[in-house]
Amino acid sequence: MHPALQGLLTIIIGVGGCVGYFYGANLLLDKVLFKPTGENAGRNINRANQIRPWVFLMPALLALGLYLAYPVFATLRLSFLERLPGNEFAFVGLDNYTKMFAEPKFIEAMKNNVLWLVVVPAASTAFGLLAAQLTDRLAWGNIAKSIIFMPMAISFVGAAVIFKLVYEARPEDVAQIGILNHLYMLFGGSEPQQWLQIPFWNSFFLMIVLIWIQTGFAMVILSAALRGIPEETVEAAIVDGANPFQIFFKIKIPQIVPTIVVVWTTITIATLKVFDIVFAMTNGQWETQVLANYMYDKLFRANDWGMGSAAAMIIMLMVTPILVWNVHNARKEMR
Amino acid sequence: MDAMAGKKPVVVWALNISVVLLVALWLFPTLGLFVSSFRTGDQITASGWWSAMFPAEQTLQIRAADPDDNRVEAGGGVFVVEGNIFGDDPFDGEMSAWATSSRALGAYAPGETADLGDGETFTMNADGSYVWQGNDDQISGRAQRVFIDATTPPDFTLQNYNFVLFDEDNSEGMAKAFFNTLTVVIPATIIPILIAAFAAYALAWMDFPGRALLIAAVVGLLVVPLQLALIPLLSLHNSIGIGKGYLGVWLAHTGFGLPLAIYLLRNYMVGLPRDIIENAKVDGATDFQIFTKIILPLSFPALASFAIFQFLWTWNDLLVALVFLIDASGQTTVMTKQIVELLGTRGGDWEILATSAFVSIAVPLVVFFAMQKYLVRGLLAGSVK
Repeated sequence: MHPALQGLLTIIIGVGGCVGYFYGANLLLDKVLFKPTGENAGRNINRANQIRPWVFLMPALLALGLYLAYPVFATLRLSFLERLPGNEFAFVGLDNYTKMFAEPKFIEAMKNNVLWLVVVPAASTAFGLLAAQLTDRLAWGNIAKSIIFMPMAISFVGAAVIFKLVYEARPEDVAQIGILNHLYMLFGGSEPQQWLQIPFWNSFFLMIVLIWIQTGFAMVILSAALRGIPEETVEAAIVDGANPFQIFFKIKIPQIVPTIVVVWTTITIATLKVFDIVFAMTNGQWETQVLANYMYDKLFRANDWGMGSAAAMIIMLMVTPILVWNVHNARKEMR
Repeated sequence: MDAMAGKKPVVVWALNISVVLLVALWLFPTLGLFVSSFRTGDQITASGWWSAMFPAEQTLQIRAADPDDNRVEAGGGVFVVEGNIFGDDPFDGEMSAWATSSRALGAYAPGETADLGDGETFTMNADGSYVWQGNDDQISGRAQRVFIDATTPPDFTLQNYNFVLFDEDNSEGMAKAFFNTLTVVIPATIIPILIAAFAAYALAWMDFPGRALLIAAVVGLLVVPLQLALIPLLSLHNSIGIGKGYLGVWLAHTGFGLPLAIYLLRNYMVGLPRDIIENAKVDGATDFQIFTKIILPLSFPALASFAIFQFLWTWNDLLVALVFLIDASGQTTVMTKQIVELLGTRGGDWEILATSAFVSIAVPLVVFFAMQKYLVRGLLAGSVK
């Protein structure tokens, strides 16, 4: 069957199935199991109302449990096992972890990931704040915002192609077609550079791609936060003779710290999971390996499920503080 | 007036200029790819994309027609080759000078005759027509090279798009991958919305034990990296017979998209006015009726926000497709995977790369600009507490 037809059929079956489930389960509850008539009418209505939330929640709970909660435990289990030929597994304790920490490529991935985690959220938030503040009262500010926000819609792979062209290097005696090398030569560079092959610095050239994508997100949210600042606080500062920089750093920023934290952590999580950019641009060569790509290498190239799962658990471990903090905040809010 | 913008014209100017710079920095990379996708491979390697939009001054190096095939004897041992140096296509640029040697570029003006020694001459006109004459020895073997200093107007072509999208013989074309991506995206966007909407309503407006715990769990799952799900779920899919394919990728995207969907929709639904819902209850409406007749229509902005997120995420995804969809046959490849392949095999062919990338970027960009309002609204609802 043609995939498009199959897709159409899935939409019909999927959507029809969902609607049918919700409608049918409600009907079953009200008309068959607990009829709101007869001598037990009151009790039945109450019972139906106790069960109904679970009818509404059931598909979501199943999907969440199976696709997100179960894998956390399954991966944890796999990280203690070694896969033997014939789909057998042997318990090896922490072997996968000790082997992994002894691998130079893993240490390199860890180092790079920490570097990414320090640079990308900070730079994206800073650029986002700058863009939000500068475009705020500009006549064409909204157009500027749209353009800075646009990379959000572009895939990591698309962005990788875009920046490969920016970083492209050609021999010295022919025209440079990568704008970075063009500018580099224009400002007195000695010879065109292969930007993605210079160890250590090449990680930064990869980070630029993610910063370019995430800045728009930071800008949109911080711009809304800046607009939410009470006018009186700014006016009072002007009356007291504060200069624009003092107003920005001492009056505005302290009032939007909670939003900055949210933006920072959201970008941190995106950074932790970065995979496509490295996969498409260098594939971890020239010392640009990161955890997610290392894990993919282990799982699907080396076929080592144990070490791959151990690497995945490291990513999970790094996410956990943010997870706990988010849950804590959510619960505080509900009270 | 904002304090930063001030009232001094200098400050306003500085502000405008810095925003222009910022916008340029963010726009130029994409613009470069966009412009390159309308240039031929030769043009791309000959000059940077930034010079493509202006008339370019360049030195064209062209050979005259092959003397052995084209020469005509003019009598007296004199042979002549005549023709147009630019071939059959009329030249739409402007020739400023020309030369017969790379060491003396721009030696002759158009219309002048170059003396090549021993009676051999070469005459070149501004329109590219030339006369090359000399004796039997001179007008044979390899054709004379000429170096033309010319200003050529911007020149763009659609042939890349034609090749990438419509060429039947192009095994690396994007047409199939485009439809495969579409096949992944549409069910993977619609199904989670439906499931999440019901769950969000239950979490927002129904009372039951454990509700607070479930909301907290959704918030927690929001950040669980999907990397953890790859092996356990692929094993699961294999053991229950789904294997690698569309069904698997639809299910995976549904599962991974749900936390955000439930979170966004619940936050929105909680904010709906309580009166409406209580009035409806007093009038005897059931929860199911309240949900379908009142909550769903009112939640349209939130539904639209999530739909855009999920659409962008599934359209742009590489990892989930690599793991759950694309099998050894490669029949189900999606555009992101196709582009990564091209980066490996056609690394230097920028006309193919740029065009393929732009084919995949174009749809999300259209959606982005058309629905930006909802996207911004969704981001704000999802992040600002």
